[in-house]
Amino acid sequence: MQAGLGSHSGATSESGPAPLLDVRDLRVHFVTSRGVVRAVDGVSYAVRPGEIVAVVGESGCGKSVAALTIMRLLAKPAGRVMGGQVWFNGRDLLTLDEEEMRQLRGRELAMIFQEPMTSLNPVLPIGLQIMEPLQIHLGYDDARARGRAIEVLGLVGISDAERRLDQYPHQFSGGMRQRVMIAIALACNPKLIIADEPTTALDVTIQAQILELMKDLCRRLGIALVVITHNLGIVARYADRVNVMYAARMVEQGEADDVFNRPRHPYTVGLMRSVPRLDRPRGARLETIEGLPPNLLDPPASCRFAPRCPGRQERCAADPALVEIEPGHGSACFRASELTGEDSYRHFGLVTAGPAATRGARADDGAPVLAVRNLKKYFTITKGLGLFGGTKATVRAVDDVSFEIRRGETLGLVGESGCGKTTVGRTLLRLEQATAGEIVFEGSDLVAADQAEMARLRQKIQVIFQDPYSSLNPRMTVGEIIGEPMHVHKIEPDAAAVKARVADLLGQVGLFPYMAERYPHELSGGQRQRVGIARALAMKPTFIVCDEAVSALDVSIQGQIINLLEDLQRQHGLTYLFIAHDLAVVRHISDRIMVMYLGRVMEIADRDTLYADPLHPYTKALLDAAPVPDPAVERARAPRLLGGELPSPLTPPKGCVFHTRCTLASAECSADVPKLREIRPGHHAACIKI
Amino acid sequence: MLRYMIQRMLLMLPTLLGVALLVFFMLRVMPGDIVELKLRADGASVSEDVLNQERARLGLDKPLHVQLATWLGGMLVGDMGLSMWTGQPVAHEIAIRLELSLQVSFMATLIAVLISIPAGTVAALFKDTWIDYIVRVLAIAGLAVPSFWLGMITILSLLTLFSWLPPITFTPFLQDPGANLAQLIWPALAVGYRYSAVATRMTRSALLEVLREDYIRTARAKGVFERLVVARHAMRNAILPVITVIGLEFAFLIGGLVVTEQVFNLNGIGKLFVQAVGRGDYTLIQGLVMLVAFIAVAVNFAVDILYAVFDPRIRYGGR
Repeated sequence: MQAGLGSHSGATSESGPAPLLDVRDLRVHFVTSRGVVRAVDGVSYAVRPGEIVAVVGESGCGKSVAALTIMRLLAKPAGRVMGGQVWFNGRDLLTLDEEEMRQLRGRELAMIFQEPMTSLNPVLPIGLQIMEPLQIHLGYDDARARGRAIEVLGLVGISDAERRLDQYPHQFSGGMRQRVMIAIALACNPKLIIADEPTTALDVTIQAQILELMKDLCRRLGIALVVITHNLGIVARYADRVNVMYAARMVEQGEADDVFNRPRHPYTVGLMRSVPRLDRPRGARLETIEGLPPNLLDPPASCRFAPRCPGRQERCAADPALVEIEPGHGSACFRASELTGEDSYRHFGLVTAGPAATRGARADDGAPVLAVRNLKKYFTITKGLGLFGGTKATVRAVDDVSFEIRRGETLGLVGESGCGKTTVGRTLLRLEQATAGEIVFEGSDLVAADQAEMARLRQKIQVIFQDPYSSLNPRMTVGEIIGEPMHVHKIEPDAAAVKARVADLLGQVGLFPYMAERYPHELSGGQRQRVGIARALAMKPTFIVCDEAVSALDVSIQGQIINLLEDLQRQHGLTYLFIAHDLAVVRHISDRIMVMYLGRVMEIADRDTLYADPLHPYTKALLDAAPVPDPAVERARAPRLLGGELPSPLTPPKGCVFHTRCTLASAECSADVPKLREIRPGHHAACIKI
Repeated sequence: MLRYMIQRMLLMLPTLLGVALLVFFMLRVMPGDIVELKLRADGASVSEDVLNQERARLGLDKPLHVQLATWLGGMLVGDMGLSMWTGQPVAHEIAIRLELSLQVSFMATLIAVLISIPAGTVAALFKDTWIDYIVRVLAIAGLAVPSFWLGMITILSLLTLFSWLPPITFTPFLQDPGANLAQLIWPALAVGYRYSAVATRMTRSALLEVLREDYIRTARAKGVFERLVVARHAMRNAILPVITVIGLEFAFLIGGLVVTEQVFNLNGIGKLFVQAVGRGDYTLIQGLVMLVAFIAVAVNFAVDILYAVFDPRIRYGGR
């Protein structure tokens, strides 16, 4: 079947030392109630000592399952290894018994998981959790293990290690917990670390810190690193070599530069082209890969990508093997040799969007559809326990925020977690009652509106939520979900009219009318998000709050949804508030962008101005931290990391909230809260240093 | 931690006061008072004057708020008043029976813990094997079989198989442990089995849930011995809901021994309770309700403290 490009496959010209890890033709099945899912179906890849290798793919492609199989940590009894070998240091891990494998785990092979919030045991001090492998594998006594734990905490940049060893995970922030996870992995000085989406749950600036730390430590200590991710930017920053997986198969592998500059598989090409890029001029539309990945319960006998591939031919009905196209660069595509550059992509039909062009002028009459003035939302929380003696504290989730949105435009709202961006959205929807300030929407103040007025206004303002899995009622059909607001607000005369309108809406969002009978669990993530959009459109709104509307989706699906949102905006003259943390996505979809930090607005500007010439040091830091999917760009730029952690919103810094992390900060920054000033026409920033 | 304990302790007071008010007024709302029950129960014709004299002697002629104030005031200094039926101090009536009931409850709890934690753990670790099925069947049976029926079967078995019956008079444990256990081990087993059924199921499901957590996968990825993964990483987390269940059941036990004490013919709190209600003995009922309420609240306090011991997020007042 598929041969990887490791040392064992005769096809490859051997370069460098023998591989440390050599996965050969791995097959893993999951037994589920619906049948056998072929989660990994003949995957091979190799990792040489000290090398950083990326495994890229969308959710469900089998990248994490393959990694867990290497560690022999598959969930039993559902997960079954059906074939293949995992050679590590001269031994096939799949043939070891449980005890032999346990001796390797944490000693020679370590793993870092995605969720730092749940991956540490909440009831054990972190010192014990770091010392555990040292005592088990190396037989260290308490004092010696403690010494080494302090040493590795120092390595991962946690100061005051001595004291922090006795603390518990809940006393650490997400970024700090991930540092602790790295410390645990490093403790016994392993030969290989597998990191499964290590920074996906973290904020951009923290992500940059962790990435830099891992890369630096692995290089310094000569540890090989396998990074599993869906984020091509991370791959470009890290990897020496890249493996691209699709539908349980390896579709392309090679040196990072080769794969990024000369991708040889149409899926890789599509993946790279469907990500909005910070380093390129933005196109009119995102290019997308149409369709969905195949169901692994019953994968097609053809090339797995063929159903979505615009360049498919008759021979693609056979299953292509991964073969070497040029030295060290393999692709599982019959037409790989034809894929040589931009012209060939167009020839393949992989170029779906027209050339980059500025978007046509919008129905911009300059009148703001929404004006927010001095909006404040404070939450009072009780710290400590019980009815008595608990100290009250105020979280200023949104503090003195003012902005306007003009008819037909998209205002992007970016910031890290806890910056108040979601609270702004919720306050506009009156899901939260503002503490102070006013929100004038089409002449009415949403903060002061009574119930009747609110009911009328709610038809005009709709929302699309982040998580397409939990924001749709699992016990209602798609038709009921979309039709419900029409019943509530009685905007259609009878059931037949509702049904017709549901069918029409499904069509508008690219679904089929028969899907009205389906339940949410029968749909994919992208399809569910389309249902969420249809529900929002049902009220014929003029203004939609998109709260992280594409964050939970895979790259190729994300592009489809963004294009859909833009099309609908043009057709219906909609106005969007687009809340997100992904800077590239926000840049693609927005006309103007507002940056928030700890409840305050740092900068508002026209999209192109903000990205080309950011004024506020926080905006600059955010843009610096965002990884760009191009190894050359990533290598060229000096790591200018934003240090430190997000301060607690309970005790925000005095004066400028950003001064504790700002490189320009001086004494006067902590004196007064800087006003948002118009520095250039239409470009506002809140910093006294500009 | 100290502040946490004081807070929890202070929270007990309003609960107890609420129970006191509730029981006091509920008793007075019910028709028929103790005096009528006592003097006219057997159909004797007693004049209204005599009844009123007796009411005056028991203080029942005073306005309600005065009665309440007298009772609450007495309780503050530890005086629960006199039984309206026997004339003995309520505290004394309770004290002579409390030892037996508490001992049965503690033994039942001990038996339940000794059965449920190992059984629940083994069932979770061997989920969906025959071991798990046996544990689950036994647990379901424990819930389905009433403990008085189990008690009757126990006594009958002892009688028919060994021609022996447990002693019926209570011997304090320190005086003669053998005689004491010979009497009390049977009700403790009957009650403890039912009790363990709830706790076993909780242990099993809590452990299964914890074993799916990410941090268990982390522990395995570190190469921690499987034994230690369960004992150190999983049990510490899974034990919390089990403690809650055991605490709730214990509080329930004190008041719920009524039937079991009847079956085994034990002169304990449960039996006293039945008598007191039958006689409309206001002060004794009030005293017993307050005792049960106090034990329930105290057990909850103990559970809260144990939570803090096992869970640092509570200990350090985290998020």
